[in-house]
Amino acid sequence: MKLAEVLATKGTGVACIAADAPVSAAIAELAARNIGALVALDAAGAVAGILSERDIVRALAAGRPLDRLAVADLMTPGVICGRLDDDLEAVLAAMTDGHFRHLPVVDGSTLVGLVTTADLAQALLRSLAGRLVTLELRLEAEIDESGVGR
Amino acid sequence: MTAAAPLRVAVIGSGPAAMYTVEHLLAASANLSIDVFERLFAPYGLVRYGVAPDHQKIKGVTRAFEPLLHDPRVRLFAAVDVGRDLALDDLARRCHAVVAAAGARADRRMGVPGEDLPGSLPATAFVAWYNGHPDFTGLAIDLQRESAVVVGVGNVAIDVARILVLTPDELRRTDMPAYAIEALEASRIREVHILGRRGPAQAAFTAPELKELTTLAGAALRIDPAEAALDPASAAEVERSPDRTLARKVQLIQEIAAAPVPCRPRTIHLRFCVSPLELLPGPDGAVAAVRAVRNRLVASPAGGIAAEPTGEEETILAGLVFRSVGYRGLPIPGLPFDERLGVIPNRAGRVIDPASGAPLPGRYVAGWLKRGPTGVIGTNKPDAAETVRCLLEDADAGCLPAPADPDPASVEALLRARGVQWLDCSDWQRIDELERAAGAREGRPRVKFTSLAAVLEALGRAAPAP
Repeated sequence: MKLAEVLATKGTGVACIAADAPVSAAIAELAARNIGALVALDAAGAVAGILSERDIVRALAAGRPLDRLAVADLMTPGVICGRLDDDLEAVLAAMTDGHFRHLPVVDGSTLVGLVTTADLAQALLRSLAGRLVTLELRLEAEIDESGVGR
Repeated sequence: MTAAAPLRVAVIGSGPAAMYTVEHLLAASANLSIDVFERLFAPYGLVRYGVAPDHQKIKGVTRAFEPLLHDPRVRLFAAVDVGRDLALDDLARRCHAVVAAAGARADRRMGVPGEDLPGSLPATAFVAWYNGHPDFTGLAIDLQRESAVVVGVGNVAIDVARILVLTPDELRRTDMPAYAIEALEASRIREVHILGRRGPAQAAFTAPELKELTTLAGAALRIDPAEAALDPASAAEVERSPDRTLARKVQLIQEIAAAPVPCRPRTIHLRFCVSPLELLPGPDGAVAAVRAVRNRLVASPAGGIAAEPTGEEETILAGLVFRSVGYRGLPIPGLPFDERLGVIPNRAGRVIDPASGAPLPGRYVAGWLKRGPTGVIGTNKPDAAETVRCLLEDADAGCLPAPADPDPASVEALLRARGVQWLDCSDWQRIDELERAAGAREGRPRVKFTSLAAVLEALGRAAPAP
């Protein structure tokens, strides 16, 4: 299964914010959309980083003045991006190993979505459930043919 | 909606995603009325027209679907095209909810020069042709060529390669239409090359389908041991994967590569890390060869493994080229469509407005139109369950728009008024009986009808006015 399939049932659109926007705007956006992370874009519209709720919690714990900071001050820069045809299982393993929960997905250089480890786990579960159903179908066909149970 | 009024649901399509949608709906609620709209005269979509005709056990999944169509709460409207005979709004006027489960009818393109030369065609068209799909019976396919290339390494690619090399005896045990059996019996194809862009660990085919290629009466399978070997990144991926069938598949590929190749009149070459660059024409203007490049595999930043061209090229003779790089959904007029992903924009099966992200009340999607053309037949069961869950939640919450004309009889009235000759479940039952009886006379599973006109004649009905 590819990342394209995960995005297909997640709805379109990615919550983005300008990297130079104030953190307060990012907090308002996270609260309004009830989500855990925003993709920060540079002036050219390219992915500059990810600002997650954890980044904000860490800044709060460190007593940093949130009202005077920009998204770029708190975000994790240099994020890894996935591609539409990256394989789900390999990406999930990389995210688990690398301890990151949000992955922007690009098509060429265009940002087309954001997936979380939860999205990927859910998709994997659905894929495995589908394979199980198919195995059951095959088993039923074998049993029908062999006459067992008639 | 009053307590007595049934929930009216229209399902567009009758393949696995549609049938699992019906199954989940019927299981969840007694008080509903479902209309299934099928474009062709026969139901079951890709089970009838996509699953290979020599895989009758898999086609047997229709046994689980058959009782659903006979349920008194379900009506089949076959030979009715939503988009041509009925508009989406016609359904919305008559039903609380519409579920688009029409699958992915188009194919993805390779994007290389020469793709449209005569002799280069989508594998999906060939699959539909040998399965007797009424839209593809006239497909121009020249089987007098000696070499074919299949681009892609999914199960469809494996099916295409296998069908090309079946012996007359193997062909005559299938439910392939006579025109396809005759053309394939007379085929002069000797070499079939299956090209995979990436390596054995990334191939999408499943092990039983590959294993089957080693048991064919008239063809041998050849895999180059060097191409069967894993690069370090792929080896790590296989090692790390909790899916043991992946390791088993890679092991099978390597075992086949290491074993002596049996002597057979035809050969299937399964290739890895090779991509087509260009299709080259011969003197007659039809495709004659594929210029291809060898790839190396590189780990992509997010953990995937991508193919990168090495620059090392080769030319593979090919009088036929089948691109098997995926199906692609087509839009349904009246519903939004995401061109990039080839799906109807949705969240867990609720169709959404792509601009605002807000759900469109009463509109749902299931199957390949929902998630893209991937997965096996069974994948559609949990997929449809998710869509039905959303639909029933919305029904319980009172979020479904009330149809202006919920009387089930109004559907038939509309079709009659438009001069549409549809087939119902009892018609399909009769068609099924006739096909099976014709098959029994020839020692085959069935002999399919391949045109609506022939079906109508067999049913003793006049064909619709042109």
